[in-house]
Amino acid sequence: MTAEILLQTLASGVLIGLIYALVAIGLTMIFGVMDIVNFAHGEFLMLGMYASFWLFALFALDPMLTLPLTVLMLFAFGVLLYKLVIRRIIDAPMLSQIFTTFGLMILLRGAAQFLWKPDFRSIENTWVSGSVKLFGIQLGQPQLAAGLGAIVVTWGVHQFLTRTKLGAALEATAADKEAAQLMGIDSHRMFALAWGIGAACAGAAGVLLATFFPIFPEVGANFILLAFVVVNLGGFGSVTGAFWAGILVGVIEVMGGLLLGPQYKLAVVLVLFLGVLMFRPQGLMGKA
Amino acid sequence: MRETMIRALCAAVLSLGFALGAQAQQEVKIGVLYPLTGPAASSGAEMKNALELAADIINNGAKGVAGLPFANGGGLPNLKGAKIKLVFADHQGNPQTGATEAERLISQEKVAALVGAYNSNVTATASQVAERYQVPFLNPESSSASLTQRGFKWFFRTTPHDDLFVHNFFDFLKELEAKKKVKVGAIATFNENTLWGNETTKLEAKLAPDFGYAIVKQLTYPAKSTQLTSEVQTLKAASPSLVMQSSYLGDALLSMKTYKELGFAPDMILANNAGFTDTEFIKTLGKDAEYVITREVWALDLANRNPLIKEVNALYNSRHKANFTGNSSRTFTGLMVIADAINRAKSTEPEAVRKALTETNLPADALIMPWKGVKFDATGQNVLGRGILVQIVGGTYHTVYPFDLATQDVIWPMPKWDQRK
Repeated sequence: MTAEILLQTLASGVLIGLIYALVAIGLTMIFGVMDIVNFAHGEFLMLGMYASFWLFALFALDPMLTLPLTVLMLFAFGVLLYKLVIRRIIDAPMLSQIFTTFGLMILLRGAAQFLWKPDFRSIENTWVSGSVKLFGIQLGQPQLAAGLGAIVVTWGVHQFLTRTKLGAALEATAADKEAAQLMGIDSHRMFALAWGIGAACAGAAGVLLATFFPIFPEVGANFILLAFVVVNLGGFGSVTGAFWAGILVGVIEVMGGLLLGPQYKLAVVLVLFLGVLMFRPQGLMGKA
Repeated sequence: MRETMIRALCAAVLSLGFALGAQAQQEVKIGVLYPLTGPAASSGAEMKNALELAADIINNGAKGVAGLPFANGGGLPNLKGAKIKLVFADHQGNPQTGATEAERLISQEKVAALVGAYNSNVTATASQVAERYQVPFLNPESSSASLTQRGFKWFFRTTPHDDLFVHNFFDFLKELEAKKKVKVGAIATFNENTLWGNETTKLEAKLAPDFGYAIVKQLTYPAKSTQLTSEVQTLKAASPSLVMQSSYLGDALLSMKTYKELGFAPDMILANNAGFTDTEFIKTLGKDAEYVITREVWALDLANRNPLIKEVNALYNSRHKANFTGNSSRTFTGLMVIADAINRAKSTEPEAVRKALTETNLPADALIMPWKGVKFDATGQNVLGRGILVQIVGGTYHTVYPFDLATQDVIWPMPKWDQRK
């Protein structure tokens, strides 16, 4: 085991971890603002992937080029979903909320399979294909672009939350819904915004993944389990927590795989998950 | 007067009973269990198409496939032309769902026999249910060797199993070394970690020393991985000259992309069917799929030796704009075999069908497979099956082994990634 292999693996872990982070940020935001666990979150990722696939297949537009458009589409979809469905279950018992988002997951998967067939698709020869050598390690360009894209989007979300009035209103709603309402913040508008941003983040992750990961209706399932681990590890509702936890999970997964054997890589991540649940249930950066 | 009325009524009831009996005879329900949704849904859709084609040929006939049994249509002749009715069930690649669905097909749909279920682990649980209910279970495409080592009475498998396939790999390597004067070096095994991959790993580890090869690395990995970086790094560090790989489609694609990204290029990737022979594999990877050798059970270029393959494939292609694959051709053959057995049994009574299955003896020229025929031994395994090896060259699969069936010379070793055009 040479230093080069370790470094290479570490880099791959960070890059995939950034994608996990981006998926998890949307999830953690929706939870943080309105205490609803969105089981259909992986399906937003899937929709983002299909959106870039179809824009590429029908109009030969590169996923990197259509990233803003796809993100907007997913934002609109998230808001729409809130207005049509989620709004009606805000005050419903938790079990109903779980069943609702779980049902959405099955519905969206089924719809994707019905409309686009269960086939595996992929986008070939995008602007970012091939690999580059950096500091003696080989990095896939798609992965590199995805990692950078994830950083940019996360940074954008973070700036929005901390630097804008709307972002502050969103944070306020997350902190205390009633108090925020008394200050004149329309909580329904904030909830819709959270769903929009949440879906847009997962959609962005989907676009960035689409340049190197096969696209199929069930693709969300591969990522959602890890996203839940990340959200939990980072602390429910914490965007910065999700960011660092995403990278951590990515690195632990690949390093665990390399050092202990690939058959244990998920086990390592899930043991960590259990450990956090037992000793620090609020997560690394969550509010106690 | 009253007596006549009662008599008339009785007659009516009786004739109704007869009519119902006759009605029931016009349809033979066969339960088919496949992954129609879930990770293997794409393969499932393909096999569903193949099953529907087979049923349609039996029920309505087809032109230009004269050599195929039941090609004239009109249902099963020995059952007064009873039509085959397929009852589909979706097991989603989940063994528990497979067992529940099998139970539903048997107890509620009252199917005469079950056909399925692609994933070896689902076949294992679903056939257990069939065994308990004493209903014949025909498995056309699960290759896990242990399935026919359970002492089951109602389980029949037409495809050759993994023991034989893995044996084929090593036979091929020995013959290749003799024929091409090359030396095959150290082997790494790289298999997904469900029943199928684990058993293949065990077998490869057992057989390699017998044939005089060293295994330098044994890797298994979870099939639903989001990345395979650590796996490929570990492989790279072991620097084998040959990788023996068993993967489903998603992970097969991901691994090939990771090989390229990390510049991992052994002399050859000897793949174990499944993902590597799915229609999407070449379509998705394009020229990055080139040179891989995979075991197959079927290849279109076998049509050069068996005209029936060409004819039936043309029929399939005209409907689905795609060719048969190793999966769909085997599933097609599976339904033909169960139909043949039910026809010879002259009844859908389970014991009669089971007995007919044990007496199955289909010749090679009635099949669209490269087999010597279909004939089951006491464990329910078809003893006349055999596998082939195909290599991807120019975007299609070419038969390269056994050398007497080969349509093209094998290219060995595969070029490194940066030396490819």
